[in-house]
Amino acid sequence: MAHSGNPIAGTGTGSSPRQFVARAANLLFTLSLTFVGLTAITFIIGRVMPADPVLAIVGDRAPREVYEAMYVKLGLDKPLIHQYLIYLVNVLQGDFGKSIMTTRPVLDDLIRFFPATFELASIATIAGVFIGVPMGVVAAVRQGRLTDHIVRVVGLIGYSVPIFWLGLMALLVFYARLEWLPGPGRIEVYYDGIVEPTTGFILIDSPTTGFILIDSAMQKEWEVFHNALSHIVLPAAMLTTFALAYIARMTRSFMLDQLNQEYVITARVKGLSEMAVIWRHAFRNVLIQLITIIGLTYASLLEGSVLTETVFAWPGIGQYITNSLFNADMNAVIGGTVVVGICFVGINMISDALYRIVDPRARR
Amino acid sequence: MTRSAAVPPSPSRRLKIWLLSDSPESVFHARCQRLYLGWRVFSGNPIAMTGLLIIVALVLAAALAPLLTQGDGTEQVLSRRLLPPGAEHWFGTDELGRDIYDRVVWGSRITLYIVGLVGLLVVPIGLAIGTVAGYVGGWIDNVLMRFTDIFLAFPRLILALAFVSALGPGIENAVLAIALTTWSPYARLARAETITIRNSEYIMAAKLQGASGWRILYGHIAPLCISSVIIRLTLDMAGIILTAAGLGFLGLGAQPPLPEWGAMISTGRQYLLDQWWVATVPGIAIFVVSLGFNLLGDGLRDVLDPKSGGSA
Amino acid sequence: MHKTFACLALGLVLALGGTPATAKTPNDTLVIAKDMSDIITLDPAEVFEFTGGELIANIYDRVMMFEPEDLTKLVGGVAESYTVSDDGKTITLKVRAGQTFHSGNPVRAEDVAFSLQRVIKLNKTPSFIFTQFGWSADNVDSLVKATDAMTVSLTINAEFSPGLVLNSLQAGVGSVVDKKTVMANEKDGDLGYEWLKNHSAGSGAFSLKTWKANELVTLEANPNYRHGAPGMKRVIIRHVPEPSAQRLLVEKGDVDIARNLQPDQIKGLAGSSDVVIGKYPKAGLTYVATNDAHEILSKPQVRLAMRYLIDYEGMVNSFLAGEYKIHQAVWPSGLWGSYDETPFSLDIGKAKALLAEAGYPNGFKIKIDTLTEAPFSEIAQSIQQSLAKAGIESDITLSEGKTLWPKYRARKHEIIVARWSPDYIDPHSNTDSFAHNPDNRLEAKLTGKLAWRTSWFDPEINTLTEGAAKELDLTKRKQMYAELQQKVQMVSPFSIMFQRSEQVVLRKNVKGFVSGSNFDLVFYRNITK
Repeated sequence: MAHSGNPIAGTGTGSSPRQFVARAANLLFTLSLTFVGLTAITFIIGRVMPADPVLAIVGDRAPREVYEAMYVKLGLDKPLIHQYLIYLVNVLQGDFGKSIMTTRPVLDDLIRFFPATFELASIATIAGVFIGVPMGVVAAVRQGRLTDHIVRVVGLIGYSVPIFWLGLMALLVFYARLEWLPGPGRIEVYYDGIVEPTTGFILIDSPTTGFILIDSAMQKEWEVFHNALSHIVLPAAMLTTFALAYIARMTRSFMLDQLNQEYVITARVKGLSEMAVIWRHAFRNVLIQLITIIGLTYASLLEGSVLTETVFAWPGIGQYITNSLFNADMNAVIGGTVVVGICFVGINMISDALYRIVDPRARR
Repeated sequence: MTRSAAVPPSPSRRLKIWLLSDSPESVFHARCQRLYLGWRVFSGNPIAMTGLLIIVALVLAAALAPLLTQGDGTEQVLSRRLLPPGAEHWFGTDELGRDIYDRVVWGSRITLYIVGLVGLLVVPIGLAIGTVAGYVGGWIDNVLMRFTDIFLAFPRLILALAFVSALGPGIENAVLAIALTTWSPYARLARAETITIRNSEYIMAAKLQGASGWRILYGHIAPLCISSVIIRLTLDMAGIILTAAGLGFLGLGAQPPLPEWGAMISTGRQYLLDQWWVATVPGIAIFVVSLGFNLLGDGLRDVLDPKSGGSA
Repeated sequence: MHKTFACLALGLVLALGGTPATAKTPNDTLVIAKDMSDIITLDPAEVFEFTGGELIANIYDRVMMFEPEDLTKLVGGVAESYTVSDDGKTITLKVRAGQTFHSGNPVRAEDVAFSLQRVIKLNKTPSFIFTQFGWSADNVDSLVKATDAMTVSLTINAEFSPGLVLNSLQAGVGSVVDKKTVMANEKDGDLGYEWLKNHSAGSGAFSLKTWKANELVTLEANPNYRHGAPGMKRVIIRHVPEPSAQRLLVEKGDVDIARNLQPDQIKGLAGSSDVVIGKYPKAGLTYVATNDAHEILSKPQVRLAMRYLIDYEGMVNSFLAGEYKIHQAVWPSGLWGSYDETPFSLDIGKAKALLAEAGYPNGFKIKIDTLTEAPFSEIAQSIQQSLAKAGIESDITLSEGKTLWPKYRARKHEIIVARWSPDYIDPHSNTDSFAHNPDNRLEAKLTGKLAWRTSWFDPEINTLTEGAAKELDLTKRKQMYAELQQKVQMVSPFSIMFQRSEQVVLRKNVKGFVSGSNFDLVFYRNITK
């Protein structure tokens, strides 16, 4: 997030205490600004939406007295700004409020739902990078030839097919017909509860997290691990198609830009091997833009894909936020939004830091 | 009185000579020449031409919908529901016995409307914010990027949903909401591009020649950014159509009985395993159109992007 | 992409060493696939949602019950027997001996009284079922009390038929909770409300093991249940929101029962030899309501014309086939007191004549609101087409329930297509809502009543509704409901269209699934496989 345009943060190599403090201050400022922005916008949206949070709790047949009692209990009778300040104060004390839909503290819910999305998004991004980048480079190098066309069209299919259509078809083929892979869900229901959620304790001192893959591997519950891994293949493949298509395409386009630059021609003239020209020279210069793209892709996957999660009955954050939104469960929506937002800011910071490392031009 | 030697060239020939002459006589002349050269590059690229054809077909379908169809795709005949594709109904019928071919053709209007409007809203906003931030730097960059990041950090569908539900359901509001959630990556992309080119010799030279900041921005930097932006936009077209569809499905986009493609897929998905055509035909329509946009975008990229030197 | 994708999938499959094709469900466990996004609480004093209602029906025994063995007969549940005083004002319940809660605590009269008092004191939405008897937080301790260890006495403080009171004791709010356990988990005088939202303390066939919202609910059999241990050791309900995914799961045997398939998907399964389709008539109604405060819609002829502008036959024979049947009165058929006449069918000519009589020979323009979920969008579109034939131009707006209901409750709709399920099995449950509107002023805010929401006020109908509710003689009461329903059918702003049947897909080996007329009459305990 520390953009190079920022004189305080842009120095990259400097590490004097003063600079460090300045940078930390900038970071803190950025974080709090993003946080206030996110919560404020979500909060206002929650109030102007026609969905009624009171009805979400009391049901549509509630008599007047029950309705009004809940209205007051939720603090909706106070002015908006007042409500928001109360919320902020609570959040600063670590209290995101309770979710209407799950009856649990929002923080507990996030700790439970986010790992499901995190596992999915991480696998999809990694796979997308490892397949997409080479695809893009190859396509650029062989521009206009058959390989190029194949890569491009293949990428486009992944990008243009409605994901729930593809998801259902994949289930039909790999689960129902071929029986290679298990059906929807994160794990076979009978395995539920076998693995002690240890990562929770390590990360946030809470027993309810759901990094199933990590937990089961750490406890050597290989059967559970195996089962969870086979469940994640299809939904991860769906998200990978999306990530891969975008990454491959952008890589191709960035590489084309570079391959037409003079220095590449010079390098070729100097007699460098084609591999060296492509990977050591051209690809290096593509990295900076590529990092932005990968960061954006990862961030967009981390916000959860409602459709993929719905088709695969995946208890992730996308389903959680959307469901909550439709039920006017605004504590949950704001909480989810903040977590997604924090991830985004984090990823951006990392990609900005990488910027400065790989690209001297971005320094001032 | 013979004029044998001096047959004047045919008008088309003359135009070609004018377009290809080595010494343009005016700015207009030069621009026309660039356009023409661009077109030559573009039309030499079969993939790009395929894209163009698809989009032209889409526009034609939208314009000529009344001529191409028998009805407007809203007439229900419950006795002929879920019929498979055949001679009577080329693409079959849907759950209310409406002709899917008619609906897909009429739906092209809605699709064009949505993507066109979103593109028109998003590109200028993204470009303006991104290039200014990247070029000017300092606190302006900081403010603009924080602002952008707040929007970027929002879960997209949630923001769109929230905006539409606040504005009220309907296509126009869906377009606005999609635009509001889509512009931020463009700003960031444009900024990243600007940063990499702002210190280049080319920009330095322009500066030395006394070009003003604004002139450099829209005359030199923006055109260089536009290729990434357009690639991103064409890639996003499919996403925009699908987001609109998602909104439609959740009751916040196009309202029934409008034949919006995405909404057609959404309602058709419960028939996917038995009556595949109900969801698949509009799915193919979306696919073909986004393919068209993508191919077209690629072709345009080769033409628009001065950096790539116009090689195809 | 498909190529890469296939390679990727194939590679992973190989790496996994030929993954389990399909793990069939264990023999002692029943797995149900269901969309459970509606659960918000499992406290029986608060539950008012479909899935929640079904779950608590299997966790808690109620004071009075319909048992899966005979769903038409109201019998004692926790109460073994009851006596009604001659004036019909006092009901004495005798608690069945030898029952225990899941905790091992015995079921006492004190628990019954506590459970009913708790409903009133917590004052959650379903409490209106009891408050209509004149019970309030101030007087409930004296009106509902345990007179000895196994006897509870209920005093009714309003004009109400005791039959109606007994019927309402089989609603979810009639669930008996374990006072000791609940009070042990009380926080800040909340009567255990926060705790009971996601825990259980009942004496029913199952106890709640886990509820993971949007993921699964696990129920464990109660081996000491008064009817004997249930057939299944565990029941797991999986949240599977996508009906097509549910269908694949049940076809492959990864779940035993799928609950949310659409009529056309069920049709697609008809030929399968692995599954059977169960069909269970429900009390749920689908109706069209016109706003009586609307200038045009308030005309009696326009209201009546609406009835003739619905293609009842066309819909039940096509996209509603198998799941809905035509029903046009406010109390569903198959239940005591139902009225089964269906005088209306699509008749554009008649509707046009009525519209002309009302002064709108050329129709008018109107807005239709309905729910996003299937089949409401289809029903609304069908109605839209029929309206158009009579010259009425309409726009449809789809909304989620949480957005639609506030609009309805604020009387801001014009035409609405919606659904209704009774709160308890007595005709009063529906007539009270559809027909009874004692105060039509906006500030009265009787938002729970459909009649008030549509601004419909008819003093004669009000009197009839109140009279039927307090009539002691059953035969006479039944007659009064027939008369009332006939009137409502002709003059109300409600065009009742359909009654729903639940269609459930079961694996062939699953026996004993029971789903009664109301949403909370689904029983797991007799299931075997």
